[in-house]
Amino acid sequence: MPHDHHDHGTPHSHEGMSPSGHPYRADNDTALTYWQVMEIAMRELLIEKGVTTSAEVQAQIDVMDSRSPANGAAVIARAWTDPDFRQRLLENASDASREMGFDIGPLQLIAVENTADTHNVIVCTLCSCYPRNLLGLPPDWYKSRAYRSRLVKTPRAVLGEFGLNLPDSTTIRVHDSTADMRYIVLPARPAGTDDLTEEQLARLVTRDSMIGTGLPRTPE
Amino acid sequence: MPDRVRVRAMMPPGHLRTPSYLRGKTGVIERELGPFPNPEQLAYRQPAGKQPLYRVRFTMGEIWGDAAERPEDTVDAEIYGHWLERL
Amino acid sequence: MGGRDAGPVDLSQHDFALWEKRVDALMVICSSKGHFTVDGLRRVLEDMGEDAFETMTYYERWVASVNQNLLEAGVYSIEELGRRMEQVARRGATYGEAAEGTADA
Repeated sequence: MPHDHHDHGTPHSHEGMSPSGHPYRADNDTALTYWQVMEIAMRELLIEKGVTTSAEVQAQIDVMDSRSPANGAAVIARAWTDPDFRQRLLENASDASREMGFDIGPLQLIAVENTADTHNVIVCTLCSCYPRNLLGLPPDWYKSRAYRSRLVKTPRAVLGEFGLNLPDSTTIRVHDSTADMRYIVLPARPAGTDDLTEEQLARLVTRDSMIGTGLPRTPE
Repeated sequence: MPDRVRVRAMMPPGHLRTPSYLRGKTGVIERELGPFPNPEQLAYRQPAGKQPLYRVRFTMGEIWGDAAERPEDTVDAEIYGHWLERL
Repeated sequence: MGGRDAGPVDLSQHDFALWEKRVDALMVICSSKGHFTVDGLRRVLEDMGEDAFETMTYYERWVASVNQNLLEAGVYSIEELGRRMEQVARRGATYGEAAEGTADA
C-alpha cells in the first residue's frame, strides 16, 4: 500500500456538532489526504470514460441519505399491528418491505423475531454486511473490530456494554451475515402500547432494537 | 430430525465466506436458501457456478467449549454447500 | 475476526464526510454496472492485511479496494490514475479546493 503520501489528518477537527448531533468528520476545509485525492481522480476518470456521471453519483448519495432506521421502524410497527403482515415479514422480509413501498433493491432480507425467551442480534464477522437498503448506513461500532470479534463469542458481555442485560433464561441467537442474506430483528412489542397508533409505535422502534443491541423504547 | 452438518476444516488462502471460527464445527441446518453464485470464483473475476446456500445453527458450546458464556446460546451463519459434510 | 479478543465496543458515532459518501456511491454504481463484484471488493480489503485495519479508516480501505478492482477490470490504467492524482493534488490544500478544480488534462 502506498502509505508514504498518506496524511491521516485529524478526523475530529471541528468544534461542535452536526444537525444530527454527531461530531463532524474532516471534510472540505481540512488538509487533503492521499485517499481523498484518489477518490477525486477515480471519480473524474469514471465520468470521463462514461461509466457514470456527476448527477448519478449525487443521486446515489441522495438515495443513501434518504434511507434511515425510520424505514425499518415503519416495517416493525406494521408487523406489530397487522398479524398477516407479520407472517409475510417472517416468510419473506424483502417482499414485505417492498409491499410497504421501500425500494430495497436486490436486498435479500430475513427477519428474525424476538420472543419471550429468545433474543436475536446481528453481526457480520467477515466484513460489515448490514441491511443498508432498509436501515441506511451502519453505525461505526457495527463495523468495529471489537463488535465483530466479540459478539459471536461473548454476546452477553457485548450487549451489556450497550446497557442490555438479558436474563440467563433468555436464549441469545447471534446471526452472522456471512453470505448473501441480510438480517433485521423484529423486536417484541413493548407492554402498555395497546392504545398506540402504528405511527406512534414506529417512534418506539430504535435502530439498535432492529440490530438486536437494544430494545424498543417504552411509552412515556 | 434436523440435518446435521459439519463445516470443512480446511484452511486455504484467498477470499472465502466461511468464517474460521466455524470450521470443523457441527451444526444443524436451520433453513435452505437456494442456489447462489460461488463467491470464491466471483472474488477473482471468474464465471461463478451456483452453490446451494444454507443457514446453519451452531451452539456456543459447540463453537467455544468451556469458554462459552451460556452453551445453549447459538450462532446462525450462511454456509455454502461445498463447505458442508452431512453427518 | 469472529471470536478474537478485542477491547470494549466504542459507541461514539460520526457523520460521514462528502468524500466518504462519494466512495460509497462509486462502489454501488460500479458494482451495479458489472465492473466488479462485492466479493472482489472484499477480497482486496482482506488482502490489505491486518495492518490496514489499524492504519486506515473504513472508507480509506474502501477507496483503495474500489480502485484496485477498477484497475483489474481495465476501466482505467495505473498511468491514467497516477497522472490524474498528480493533477488533483496540485489544485489546492483542501478537499474542497481539489474536488472543485477542473482537470487541466
